[in-house]
Amino acid sequence: MKNIFATRKGIIGVGSLIGVLAALLQYWGNPGNMGICVACFVRDIAGAVGLHRAGVVQYMRPEIIGFVLGSLIAAYAFKEFRPRAGSAPIVRFVLGVFAMIGALVFLGCPWRALLRLAAGDGNAVIGVVGLVAGIYIGVQFLKGGYNLGRAEKTYTSVGWMLPLVMLGFLVLLLISPQITGENKSGVLFYSLKGPGAMHAPILLSLAIGLLVGFLAQRSRFCTMGAFRDLILFRQIHLFSGIIALLIAAFGTNLLVGQFHPGFVGQPVAHTMGLWNFSGMLLAGLAFTLAGGCPGRQLFLAGEGDSDAAIFVLGMIVGAGFAHNFALASSPKGVGPHGIAAVVIGLVVCLFIGLTMRKKVV
Amino acid sequence: MSTMVDARGLSCPQPVLDTLQQLKIQQKGELIVMVDTDASKENVIRAARSRKWQTKDVQPEGSGYRITFTKE
Repeated sequence: MKNIFATRKGIIGVGSLIGVLAALLQYWGNPGNMGICVACFVRDIAGAVGLHRAGVVQYMRPEIIGFVLGSLIAAYAFKEFRPRAGSAPIVRFVLGVFAMIGALVFLGCPWRALLRLAAGDGNAVIGVVGLVAGIYIGVQFLKGGYNLGRAEKTYTSVGWMLPLVMLGFLVLLLISPQITGENKSGVLFYSLKGPGAMHAPILLSLAIGLLVGFLAQRSRFCTMGAFRDLILFRQIHLFSGIIALLIAAFGTNLLVGQFHPGFVGQPVAHTMGLWNFSGMLLAGLAFTLAGGCPGRQLFLAGEGDSDAAIFVLGMIVGAGFAHNFALASSPKGVGPHGIAAVVIGLVVCLFIGLTMRKKVV
Repeated sequence: MSTMVDARGLSCPQPVLDTLQQLKIQQKGELIVMVDTDASKENVIRAARSRKWQTKDVQPEGSGYRITFTKE
């Protein structure tokens, strides 16, 4: 059976739909230029369960839960669920940690970088340049034989672990609904102000998350892969998907009045160019070494890839560190230790890239 | 006489990298690529097609696929 979503038209269609839905999620209540941001939303989840206590970014984002479960549903519906494990999990965990830290220094994952661009945030241009530079460095490692080794087929239930965690998160969200004026409900933390307090209605967020998860699993949508394949193979397949996302989000933003070009005063963004660049440089390199952008890692985890699931856990823990250690940026600029964290992250990624390689024959 | 690339268990973009490397060495003839996910199958076929190799056959094998490419 041919997979129509994996064709050129398919990936363009999926990218366009994600662009429209992301812009609309903002319209329906999600934070500014953050209709969908995998890094930010995973960070909000880390806050919701108290792994960090940054009061403005605590919310159990249903979109993330939907991404994993939507991908799981698609993988089962099309007989693509493949439980697998064992491709250097600890390295993937560390890459997840530093990918998150890099993304939070920029204030967004590649998805949000595109959405910020589509809303006129000029700082995102610098972020995207950093992202491409990080991916370019990663590609050099790939060309030099960098490889995290083979995963092996494993028990079905191994592949279910992250989807079950997400189901658990969904149950927590449903039994601990937000109470107006309270920053806690049951075991979950909520934000009273800031981006964590801004969200679309739960069921709408969940439904869109499930739909995007389903379609992204079918189409293999990946923002990092888009640039990587362009640099590595001169192939524009995935790239056409993110361009479609960008154009669709831009068009939707124009229609609903969310396009505000400029550098200063952009929502949840700072204007420190060097660190917008360097944060995304780190994130791009870490994504490339791990083989997928944060969204793609969620979708892979949904189809049974437990190594991608470990990367996701690394992102959750990385978000905890990012806020507990004051590494994450804020609209005022980089955090007190953000610069040190980016430098350490780059050194760690270079170590991983240089030492984990098979001889090229 | 055909050669084989075993890309099972390898994550993206390794199956495509390994396949392209072999296509470059081989120039023509027959190449069998083993993959274990549908995404890898699609990626490898797309990459081979871009290098003007034909997909002669795709057979399920184990939990993955055995893909045969040819070029005159």
